[in-house]
Amino acid sequence: MGTNDKITMEHGAGGQSMQDLIGKMILGNITNRSAGTVGLDDLDDGATISLPDDMLGSSELVITTDSHVVDPLFFPGGDIGRLSVCGTINDLSVMGAIPLALTCAIIVREGFETASFERIMRSVDLASKEAGVPIVTGDTKTIQGDKLDSMIINTTGIGIASPVVRDNGLSPEDVIIITGNMGDHGIALLSHREGFDFETKLVSDVSPLNDLLRETLQFRAFEGNNAISAMKDPTRGGLASCINEIAQKSNVGIIIEEDSIPISEPVVAACEMLGLDPLEIANEGKAIIGVRPEYAQDVLDMLHSHKYGKNAAIVGKAVPEHRGKVLLRTSIGSLRQLPVPVGDPIPRVC
Amino acid sequence: MSDESDLLTKINKVSLPIRIMHVCGTHERTISRYGMRDVLPSEIEVLSGPGCPVCVTTEREIDIAIELAMSGVILTSFGDMMRVPGSRGSLMEARSQGADVRMVYSIDDAITIAEKNPKSKVVFFAIGFETTAPINAAAILRGLPENFSLFVSHKLTPPAVLALIDEINIDAFIAPGHVCTIVGIHPYQQFADMGFPVVAAGFEAKDVLLSISMILEQMMSGDTIVENGYPRAVRNEGNTRAQEMMEQVFDISDAQWRGLGTIKGSGLSIRNEFADHDAALIFEDIIDKQVRDVSYDNVDTSLCRCANILKGREKPNDCALFGKRCTPETPVGSCMVSQEGMCHNWYRYRGL
Repeated sequence: MGTNDKITMEHGAGGQSMQDLIGKMILGNITNRSAGTVGLDDLDDGATISLPDDMLGSSELVITTDSHVVDPLFFPGGDIGRLSVCGTINDLSVMGAIPLALTCAIIVREGFETASFERIMRSVDLASKEAGVPIVTGDTKTIQGDKLDSMIINTTGIGIASPVVRDNGLSPEDVIIITGNMGDHGIALLSHREGFDFETKLVSDVSPLNDLLRETLQFRAFEGNNAISAMKDPTRGGLASCINEIAQKSNVGIIIEEDSIPISEPVVAACEMLGLDPLEIANEGKAIIGVRPEYAQDVLDMLHSHKYGKNAAIVGKAVPEHRGKVLLRTSIGSLRQLPVPVGDPIPRVC
Repeated sequence: MSDESDLLTKINKVSLPIRIMHVCGTHERTISRYGMRDVLPSEIEVLSGPGCPVCVTTEREIDIAIELAMSGVILTSFGDMMRVPGSRGSLMEARSQGADVRMVYSIDDAITIAEKNPKSKVVFFAIGFETTAPINAAAILRGLPENFSLFVSHKLTPPAVLALIDEINIDAFIAPGHVCTIVGIHPYQQFADMGFPVVAAGFEAKDVLLSISMILEQMMSGDTIVENGYPRAVRNEGNTRAQEMMEQVFDISDAQWRGLGTIKGSGLSIRNEFADHDAALIFEDIIDKQVRDVSYDNVDTSLCRCANILKGREKPNDCALFGKRCTPETPVGSCMVSQEGMCHNWYRYRGL
């Protein structure tokens, strides 16, 4: 991007435009960017902070932050409060960390209804209780009504991991598991916002994954091997964006079997109607897990026994060829690339 | 799944060298997303004609829409038009520069915006083929708020195919299912009469495979006709009520197609009795200035092969710009701009 260009919505949409903005404008200007083994350069879900050996033993401190904006603030299955707690807990969890505490910083416009504010805070509390992660500090700012539509919530979380699970650790032969149906959050939000009336009610999947993923971590150090080689949560940009990032950072190829990807019927139907690809739609309660093949079935069984992992499925595997690329075997048997989405999914006209 | 494999087996059995053109962006998306070209026999080529309304909307029309938005009008548009570049950027870029551009899903959403903003002028950028035109016609006939108008860029597919027929290198057509639900299959009879098999098709993988299989049967029998391969949605005579509404509201006019130039009788314009809601008249000054001041002759698309691609004479890989200077984020030609364009889909869903 040149110096005369302006920020567009695309720059925050999780696609190529956002990657360009981060690469050139952010990493290109911030020079002090590491405090442990995982730093800003890694563009992982969070970072680690190294402490003296006698303080944490072999564990590492993990930190992550996320600012949440969502339109509408209340949607089927959740609201901005639940979203902002779950989003940060999930970013910690996919790094293999046990979340310890969250901060909660709120920017709200003047004129915002206090009843809605309170409803959102109760929702923050419920999610925090469900996950067992306290909110320990925060900040509140108000802004003039013409400068902000409604509300922004930033949450920062810290946790401890031993060891940290990265998004670059996938090796050839590793199996790819996703923990449930793809596309629920984005489609529920879109259809609620635009008033599309689908026959079945679509509900966001927004939920804290720390309990589900903590269970998988017991497989980490099996016989001295790390059974879990990579984890990531497919939020904006969906599975397509997330799995490509894992392939690129791990420098392996990944082959995904389209028929094995769990997607609910209403999401398939809505995507068909709107010309959207469910693999590019955001999720807020799902993880993608890379597992050494000998542990894949055990991990899958464990996921199936948890309420947030009932629809978990093995969807593909890493291969030594096609490094950095993701290929999709379609339901008619062809093999094509699964591309990184360009920006936010836009429904078609005709 | 078994439907698709059965059809593929059948197609493989009766395969012959053939070039089939579809004229619908949604067909291209289905074909590309399923990687259909990789599993069809290589002698069966499926190519994309002028079937994506977003792709064929001209740079001038987009520039005018941006000018309208910059002049203080609330400009409402379908989402897939937002990223398409005119000669100086897209509607999305205009929005980030302060223009009031809003994405809508239908003309009804745009009318609601007009009702909520009675002091502003609201313009709906009305693009699309015979599928969106009757919906807009119905809205006009129902009556519109005073502050609401349409900037019409509707186009008709059969006249465009007819205009290209001498230049194209094609043996058969897949007719667009959505368009046929409105116009029926009769407008495609002329192509069957010229010796082209034509099959109207739906949009799932099995629908497209079925239409290919039906085309191959016609080729073998030697009888070329228009067949309805999508009877669960298409009636042969189409939707006559929708056709009547289009006739009541629109005149057929010449239209400019991005990459193809002016094609006679291939567009729609609002009839005089609805002039109060015709943005082309209401904002004549802004539009005239745009037409007068901006030349489109020097836009550097000399290497772009879109015109030949839309005619089925070349494929995206034949273009020197494809995937290099011309990508979905920096499109040069019309086929790369929309998610339903042939180049866009070939780029996004390319094989190995």
